Amino acid sequence: MEVQALAFYLFALLVLFSGLSVVLARNPVHGVLWLIVAFLSAAGLFVLQGAEFIAMLMVIVYVGAVAVLFLFVVMMLDVDFAAFRAGMARYIPFGLLIGAVLLMVLGLEITDWKTSGLAADLRQSVAPAASETGNTTALGVLIYTDYVLLFQIAGLILLVAMIGAIVLTHRRRERVKRQDILSQIYRDPAKSVQLKDLGQRNGIGDD
Amino acid sequence: MIELEHYLAVATALFVIGVFGIFLNRKNIIVILMSIELMLLAVNINLVAFSVHLGDLTGQIFTLFILTVAAAEAAIGLAILVCFHRNRNSIAVDDVSVMKG
Repeated sequence: MEVQALAFYLFALLVLFSGLSVVLARNPVHGVLWLIVAFLSAAGLFVLQGAEFIAMLMVIVYVGAVAVLFLFVVMMLDVDFAAFRAGMARYIPFGLLIGAVLLMVLGLEITDWKTSGLAADLRQSVAPAASETGNTTALGVLIYTDYVLLFQIAGLILLVAMIGAIVLTHRRRERVKRQDILSQIYRDPAKSVQLKDLGQRNGIGDD
Repeated sequence: MIELEHYLAVATALFVIGVFGIFLNRKNIIVILMSIELMLLAVNINLVAFSVHLGDLTGQIFTLFILTVAAAEAAIGLAILVCFHRNRNSIAVDDVSVMKG
């Protein structure tokens, strides 16, 4: 009990601190690294709630793929990030104002709601008891039965994103030698090999 | 057990941090994309918290799809960013407004 509360406050504070650090980071590379910390501590929060599958997905997809993608792009683009920060002080008051208003509006809602009595009956897919089936198994059964169509569409979205990213970033460079497979296939040995009868002490260019 | 409200508070604060980041770094597309990821993370925390609270796995399935869309969005966004940087040699948001033809 105590350990759980301690872990919750640790992860919660870490996720908020790293979130703020992402936003305020002077160097975007540091920002991306803080983003990784935020995702990892969010994964810790999920584990704490018993949603292990989502937690592992968080670590694999976000830390393993998305954050590394960000890191690649930040390091690849040669951008003067200091120039972006020049006018930043001007935006702080406005950003703080919007943030404070949003925080107040959302904060009012945190405690001021109650679950309907019908909520238990309206559940679409009741979670089995933790002692019965693990979280991952239960989610897998659901995904491949009730939500199989959405699952396929999600795969399609990823495919489209992959093709789109390749098409957008791929470029043909000039003056780079490439393999032309068709011309290799259609090459005729009769035309590309010559047999010459050279006399003694004659090079091929001497004739 | 930690109360549901605790998780909601964390998610709310994280979401507001994301919005704050967009306003603060309005010239830097990379940080804006990272702020959007933070906001999506906050939404995911909310969904999982309610899912566990109500004992309904649908919330976690939705989290899965949000994760998918977020990954696709990050990939496409960064690809557009690389493309834009190649053409204009800058990633300032202000420069995007002059797109002619």
